Amino acid sequence: MAALVRLETRLSRLREEYFLKNRSVDEDRKIVYKAAVKIQSWFRGCRVRAYLRYLNKMAISIQKWWRGYQSRRYFRKMIKTAYFIMKMNFYNEMAVRIQKRWRGYYVRKYTHNYYALKKYLEAISLNNEIVRNELQEYAEMNEKKKKKKDLEKKEKEKKYKARKMHYLLSTEQIAGIYNSPFRKFPDPMELLLRQSKPLSHRQQQPKSPFTYDLYDWPTCKRPPAFPTGEPLPPIGRQKPQGPFRDAAEVLRQRYKPLEPTLRVAASISSPLEKAREEMKREEWRKCIHDNEFLPFSSYHKNEKYELSIHASEKIGKETYGIKHFREVQPNKWIAGKVSGFLLLKRAWSLRLML
Amino acid sequence: MSQRQVLQVFEQYQRARTHFVQAVAELSARPQNIGTLRDAGVISLLRPLLLDVVPTIQQTAALALGRLAYFNDDLAEAVVKEDILPQLVCSLSEQNRFYKKAAAFVLRAVGKHSPQLAQAIVECGALEALVICLEDFDPGVKEGAAWALGYIARHNSELSQAVVDAGAVPLLVLCIQEPEIALKRIAASTLSDISKHSPELAQTVVDAGAIAYLAQMILNPDAKLKCQVLSALSQIAKHSVDLAELVVEAEIFPVVLTCMKDSDEYVKKNGATLIREIAKHSPELSQFIVNAGGVAAVIDCIGSCKGTVRLPGIMMLGYVAAHSENLSMAVIVSKGIPPLCTCLLEEHEDHIKAAAAWALGQIGRHTPEHARAVAETNVLGTLLSMYMDIRSSEDLQLKAKRALKNILQKCTYLPALEPLLHDAPPNIMKHIVGQFSKVLPHDSKARRLFVTSGGLKKVQEIKAEPGSLLQEYINTINNCYPEEVVRYYSPGYSEMLLERVENYQPVL
Repeated sequence: MAALVRLETRLSRLREEYFLKNRSVDEDRKIVYKAAVKIQSWFRGCRVRAYLRYLNKMAISIQKWWRGYQSRRYFRKMIKTAYFIMKMNFYNEMAVRIQKRWRGYYVRKYTHNYYALKKYLEAISLNNEIVRNELQEYAEMNEKKKKKKDLEKKEKEKKYKARKMHYLLSTEQIAGIYNSPFRKFPDPMELLLRQSKPLSHRQQQPKSPFTYDLYDWPTCKRPPAFPTGEPLPPIGRQKPQGPFRDAAEVLRQRYKPLEPTLRVAASISSPLEKAREEMKREEWRKCIHDNEFLPFSSYHKNEKYELSIHASEKIGKETYGIKHFREVQPNKWIAGKVSGFLLLKRAWSLRLML
Repeated sequence: MSQRQVLQVFEQYQRARTHFVQAVAELSARPQNIGTLRDAGVISLLRPLLLDVVPTIQQTAALALGRLAYFNDDLAEAVVKEDILPQLVCSLSEQNRFYKKAAAFVLRAVGKHSPQLAQAIVECGALEALVICLEDFDPGVKEGAAWALGYIARHNSELSQAVVDAGAVPLLVLCIQEPEIALKRIAASTLSDISKHSPELAQTVVDAGAIAYLAQMILNPDAKLKCQVLSALSQIAKHSVDLAELVVEAEIFPVVLTCMKDSDEYVKKNGATLIREIAKHSPELSQFIVNAGGVAAVIDCIGSCKGTVRLPGIMMLGYVAAHSENLSMAVIVSKGIPPLCTCLLEEHEDHIKAAAAWALGQIGRHTPEHARAVAETNVLGTLLSMYMDIRSSEDLQLKAKRALKNILQKCTYLPALEPLLHDAPPNIMKHIVGQFSKVLPHDSKARRLFVTSGGLKKVQEIKAEPGSLLQEYINTINNCYPEEVVRYYSPGYSEMLLERVENYQPVL
């Protein structure tokens, strides 16, 4: 019983003890539990971290390798394009050089040659100088000729005047007006008078009935030598002395018109010949040029003959690509056209007949 | 005795007729008497005397008729109306050479006045008779006939064609080869009159071989003959390129250039006309003329003459320069511009000035070098004043304006453009300002000069519609300069500054 009481007393404390023991165990347990949890979690964490590290490392190495691979590819591509661009630049440069040379050559040969033009213009001014000089000489020569003619005319007039005024010549006794005694030497007119032959009076020519203006025309210089018509019988003349025939009869006989016989009057050539001659004259008169009148069959004369295929090609190999490579058209070169004047310079001096 | 008295009556009558006819012939030589003679009915009195028995009376009557008809076209019409022409034509084939000459003179006198009278002459069959006269031995008869044919052919192309159809051309070419100078002159003038109307007639003359003989005659010293020959060649050459080439092939160059130095004015003028007619057709012909030194000769000719004689030479320079820029440069190099400028300044006639303006425009319009060469002679101001002058004819104004426009569109020589800024009208101003706007952005010295010479100020004063070409050019010019400078030169700047002074509040 005492045990029971002790147990009962302990019972009341049992709960507490139990509770306290449980509590301390629980607390220990909690602590241990927490410690275990901590250790485990830490360990697990380590493991996971190690695993993650491992994964990371693997991922890094894969990515590293892959990125290296990509960049190397990209780099190769870049190199290729850079190389390509370099090549193209080089080709462009070279093409520019070729085109530069070719265009310069072509323009100078076929379109516009600056130096040839310059030379041409200089030559033109030179030629102009020559032309101007020669024309000047020609004009001066003409002037001189004209002056000479004028001088000669004046001389002639002076000489004629001196001949007319020959009476003014001075004699031994009387000094003429041009030989005044107060002069040291005689006037030139005096000398001219001494030299000239005196002019005799011109015979008054009878005024012919043909003196009016028909002869003013410059091509007709003289009156006709034959009587152009029947002159009238002289008017109011004295009857001639002696047993002459009547004047009217004489004149009628003298100027009797010719009465030819038919044989004489008709021309020598028959009408047929006359007609032929007439026709020839017409021909000769009307003929403007000697080109014959072509018949209509000559319509086809100007048609161009078309070669057959066999004959239209050259015999033998094509020379382009083997013998020559460049197409050249010498008739289109401008250098030749520009210098055509050089021939004319020579022709000028030959042809200018002064 | 009675016989003698009867004969005396006839003698008196004959004397009276002779006296009358000679007196009328002498009176008709003076123009004052013609009116009185006409009123006295001289034509109807002279008509029966043409059929007179005595040849001298016939000839004198024909001579008198010819003189009357020559001076007055009423009398010429009267001659036609009174049916005198058929008688003349009939007797033309029968009578002696003095009568033929007188009859040809009458036909010439009637035919000269108008185409209708010439047509009347053709209708009464005179052409065949005249052509038969051309075959006569006497050179005077040939001359008269050729002269009459020339006057008939002068009026229009139908009459020329009628003359050609009558077969006159080969005979005229033979006449040219005769030794008498007067006959050559007349034949050349007739050929010139025939060929001037149309290319076919000119071709007929060429086919007869006229060009070779005409070309030889250029060397003849007689001035009037040279005139006619040159005129004939130029009438042939003017129609087409082929005819001009034929004329050139006759080797007239360089002999023609000696004509440009002749002392006679008309020879120079006709020579210049011939060269002009050849040059105007194609660039190759102009090139040929330039190579032969023709441009120098023509320029000297222009420099030494005055008045209308210069006109063909000026036109020739214009035609040559118009073909291509190389030829234009050749004209400039031959010192062609100074004579043209003196022409523009000195001449009084408007048409010569118009031609000179046109020629300068043709020279200057190709490239900036050409425009510079023209502008350096300060002729642009003259052209502008001619354009603005109210007294100039319309033709002159139009040509001056076109020349100015053509030169200005290529001119980059700024010192010549500056003076024009001040007086130009708006349509010209647009071009001037345009040129400035092209040159100023690239040349700093020019910009400076533009400002100091007052050009910028003038440009600011120009009023232009916004959006127009002129405004764009002005904007381009203004953009070449800093803003302060532009504002400084804009009109009304001083007022604006003064206003700012007024409104300014001083900072105390």
